[in-house]
Formats: sequence, structure tokens, C-alpha cells
Amino acid sequence: MGEKLLLQVENLHTYFYTLQGVIKAIDGVNLCVREGEILGLVGESGCGKSVTALSILGLVPSPPGRVEGGRILFEGEDLLAKTPAEMRSIRGSRIAMIFQEPMSSLNPVFRIGDQMIEVIKLHKKVSTGSARIQALEMLHEVRMPDPEAVLAKYPFQLSGGMLQRVMIAMALSCEPSLLLADEPTTALDVTVQAQILNLMKDLIRKRNAAVLLITHALGVVAQTCDAVSVMYAGTAVESGSVESIFRSPAHPYTRGLMECIPDPSRKSGKLKIIPGTVPDPVNPPPGCRFHPRCYKATATCSQIRPDPVRVGPDHVVCCHYPEEG
Amino acid sequence: MCPGAAARNYGLREMSPWMKDFLFTIRLVYRNTLAMAGIAIITCLVLVAVFAPLLAPYSPIDISLDERLSPPSASHILGTDEMGRDILSRVIYGARISIRIAVTVVTIGGAVGSILGATAGYLRGRMGSIIMRVMDMILAFPALVLCMVLAAALGPSLNNALLAIAFVQIPKYARLVHSQALSLREKQYVLAARSMAASTPWIIWHHILPGCLSPVLVLATMGMGEAILLAASLSFIGLGAQPPEPEWGAMVAMGRQYLMDHWWLATFPGLAILVVAVGFNILGDALRDILDPRLRR
Repeated sequence: MGEKLLLQVENLHTYFYTLQGVIKAIDGVNLCVREGEILGLVGESGCGKSVTALSILGLVPSPPGRVEGGRILFEGEDLLAKTPAEMRSIRGSRIAMIFQEPMSSLNPVFRIGDQMIEVIKLHKKVSTGSARIQALEMLHEVRMPDPEAVLAKYPFQLSGGMLQRVMIAMALSCEPSLLLADEPTTALDVTVQAQILNLMKDLIRKRNAAVLLITHALGVVAQTCDAVSVMYAGTAVESGSVESIFRSPAHPYTRGLMECIPDPSRKSGKLKIIPGTVPDPVNPPPGCRFHPRCYKATATCSQIRPDPVRVGPDHVVCCHYPEEG
Repeated sequence: MCPGAAARNYGLREMSPWMKDFLFTIRLVYRNTLAMAGIAIITCLVLVAVFAPLLAPYSPIDISLDERLSPPSASHILGTDEMGRDILSRVIYGARISIRIAVTVVTIGGAVGSILGATAGYLRGRMGSIIMRVMDMILAFPALVLCMVLAAALGPSLNNALLAIAFVQIPKYARLVHSQALSLREKQYVLAARSMAASTPWIIWHHILPGCLSPVLVLATMGMGEAILLAASLSFIGLGAQPPEPEWGAMVAMGRQYLMDHWWLATFPGLAILVVAVGFNILGDALRDILDPRLRR
């Protein structure tokens, strides 16, 4: 794993302007992905994980959405300062994305082969014949049984796991250095999830590419990632290496998330929850976003927004009272 | 029903799904009496147009003044007109003009309208609003009146009339495709395509337009009948086909003056218009039912 920073998101703000008010979907997110690293981005639904990924690619639905501030440095270039044409030359070829539901990521009226070939032709000036050969190679690489037959099939004829393999093949066909994976296994059967994750991990390692893996499953993070960022209500509350975060979560929210994983050895039978609900994104609570649900909250928490504090090598947390050990 | 039974019933074992679906469509068409009637009429029209020189007993434009205004008889089955031209031959050759009208109008109107509608629906925003408001402006005029104005301004000829009719048809396709495009643009495969650096025209062409195909097909089929009617109307008032072209509308217009004593001049071309327009309409209706996936199975 290289030490060089590949992607650096600094103080990103993405707002959605709706009739109900301004939704601050992302309100000051900091992330960094090193070369060849798999970074897990964890958080509840609606905390801004997917919007972060879309902001990086410049695909926030606009209107109503707009990236309002911050910097997104990718290989040293600020993506927010790019023209639409420059962004297009980055999408797909240097940063690619795969989505949550593979069944709806492909157009149902065209064959898999046609869609793969079109995408390859979009990026490389090659003939249909050689694009087809490349598509076959990619399908072979994602361990698709009988790639030749798959090319002639329609999306509805394949299972979710197979389709996600196709999507991974398409995303990697142009050798991107960063892959944004938005809950790639959430819509799949548990039995296939691990296969897909391992496959992704292998292919990424082989290409020395990096991944921003968006998920809400801590198990997936523990199994797959090198580093983690935990998001809550539009902010990144804690980030660090997988080891340090799982061994000693410093933010009460991270700790709460871990405790929500059912533990069969505990006999009491009740599942743990974090009390309260995710705050209203139009009127988020002042100070620390998490204080209304936090068992440690004090008056300071409700007034001052905590700055990032370093609690270990590579381990940063935004909390006034980080947990020890 | 188990898969085996399905295969036995349809005799479709060991076939690709595409082939199965295609044969199933054929079966649906075959079982649909209306569709069959429409297809029969349209097939007749096409055959008559293709084989017009073989079918027509006389030339459609040769004048023979000593036979003028003769009633239907053995030598002239549908009679002759005021110039002594054989009406049957003129109606037969008129089929060629009708097909030309139908195909030209639907191709131009459908293509331009679909592309405008897809663009407006995909882009939304200011560009989309401008396109759709212009379409609304065109729709605000009665179709026939606008056709007349345009055809008169361009000068009376069949080609100009066709352009005018095609222009008036554009907003119908634009609105249909626009509404379809509004829902298609939110599909995840469109977002996925954008994340793969697909350009706007590429997405419209690959993901928006194909999704609009089946409603456009239905509208186009019905539009053919309407185009023939409109062209006949324009010719009737002298803004379309010019004599001696054997266009049905123009024939009705000429025959109108003789209607009291020589009914066959206007009646037979008029019947031809009626039958063909009805044919396209019922075929369009049937296609709508057949292509609707909710009504299919």
C-alpha cells in the first residue's frame, strides 16, 4: 500500500435546495484515500454517503443539489474546479463507480454484450470486434462462467450477483485508479456478498487501484477495508485504520454502531439500539450533530462543534469527549 | 402452469427467449381480430401500391374525352371522371401517393418530435422548458388550420403539404416522448452511464429514445391514418396535390362539382380514404394493447 494520497476530500459541503428548506446533505466532510487503499465509508441511511460519492464524480442531481464548498483533490487536481468536459474525461477512465442495485444499473432492453461494448468504445477508440474481445476478457477476469453466452443475454436473465460482476467488469474495463462502490453488495444474497467483495478486493489489489467502499454493514468493513470513515448526519465523525477503529472506537456514535451488531453470546436477547433518530437535515442540531442522542453529551456539545482530534496514529475523531481505549 | 406445459402449449421448447417473445407477439396479433383486420387493410394498400402498374387497367392520367363521365360499367368498373380518366386506375395509383404521405409525415414528424421530446425531458431546466413551450404553442392552433397556413405559405404542392403536415405532427410525438423521458432519466442506468462519462447525446440516443419506442410506434401507426386524412383535406381545398396527380383528396375535390349527377367521381376515392384511415387507426389501437406489457400476459 502506497503512502501517497490519491483522493482528498476537504470540508465538502453539498446542499439540496428544496421547498422545505436547504437540506445540508453533506456539511463539512473530510476524507482521504491513499493509493491502493480500500476505505470504508460507514453510516446510517441518509447520512450523506452516496451524495459524497456523487459529489466526487460531479454527478449530484442539479437542480436541486449543488456542491457549495470545500475541495476534492484527486491526484493533486481539484475536481470542483474542473469544467464539465474535463470531468467527463475523468469519469469512467480514472474514477469509476458501481451502484447499489445491479439490476437497475443496466438498461433492460439491451443485451449485456451491447452495453459493455458501448462503454468500452466510449473510452477507447477501438473497433466493435476488439471491444468485444476486451469485454470477454473482463468477464473472464470477474470469473463469470461462460462469458460468451453472457454477452448475448439480457439483464433480466442474470442473477443479481452475476449482474454485479458485469458492473464490476464494466467499471474496471478502463483501468480507473479509484473505484467508488456504493453499497455494492447490499442488494445481493448473503451467500454472494462475500464472493463479490473478495473478487473486488482481488481485482483492485491486482491493479493497485483504490476503493471508496460505501456500506452500512460494519462486517463488510472489517472483512474488506484497510481504513474506515464513519459518517453521521452529513459529517465525518471518526476515521482511522480498521484495526484502531474496531479495537478502540473513540466516538460515542461509532461505539454505538458496534454495539448494535447482535452478539449471540449475550443471552439477554434484546438488540441494542442507539436512542433517538437521525436529525432533520434541514434544521440540524447546533454544536455536535450527535449530541441529542449521545449519553455523554454536555452543554459544550450542544454549542460548539467539535474539531477533529487525533487519538492515535491515523486515528482522528470529532468529539469533545473521545472514548479512551 | 409448469414450464413444460407452457412449452407444449406454445410449441416453443428450446428457443431463445427473444424468439419466444417474438412468436408470442405474433400469436397475440393473430388472436386479435382488430389487429388482423388492420393488418389486412394495410397489406392490401401496400400490395396495391407496389403492383399498381399491373393492377390498373388504364393509365391514371391519360385523357379520353369521348368517354368522359361514364358511369361504372364493364370496361370502366368504377366509371370515368370529367376528363374520361379511369377512376379505378386513379384510385389504384393513389395508393402510392397515400403511402408516400403516410411514411414521409410519420418519419419526419416522429423523428423530429421524438428527438426534441427526449432532449427536453432529459435536460429539463431552461432548455427543456423552451422546447416544450414552443410545442405547446404549435398545439394551441387547430392542426388543420395551421397546416393550411403553412401549406399556403410554402406554395401549393404535395411536397409542401407534407412538410406542413409533418410540422404539425411534431408536438404530439414531443409530448409523448417528453413524459416518457422524464421517468427514464431517473433510472439508475442513466446515472451509471453518466458515471462512465457518457455524453448527453449518447445517453439520449442509447437510453432515452429506445425506452420510448413502443408508445411512439402506436402513435405513428395512428398518425399515418391522420396524415392521409390531412393530406386529402389539403388537396381537397387545393393546397396539396395538384391535378392531374391521382391523389384521393384532390379526386374528391374535383368530383364534388359532379356529385349530384355523377356520384362515382367523388365516392370511390372517398371510400378509399375512409378504409385506409380506419385501417391505420384500428391497427394502432390493437398495437397499443399488444405492446403494453401489463396487458400482455
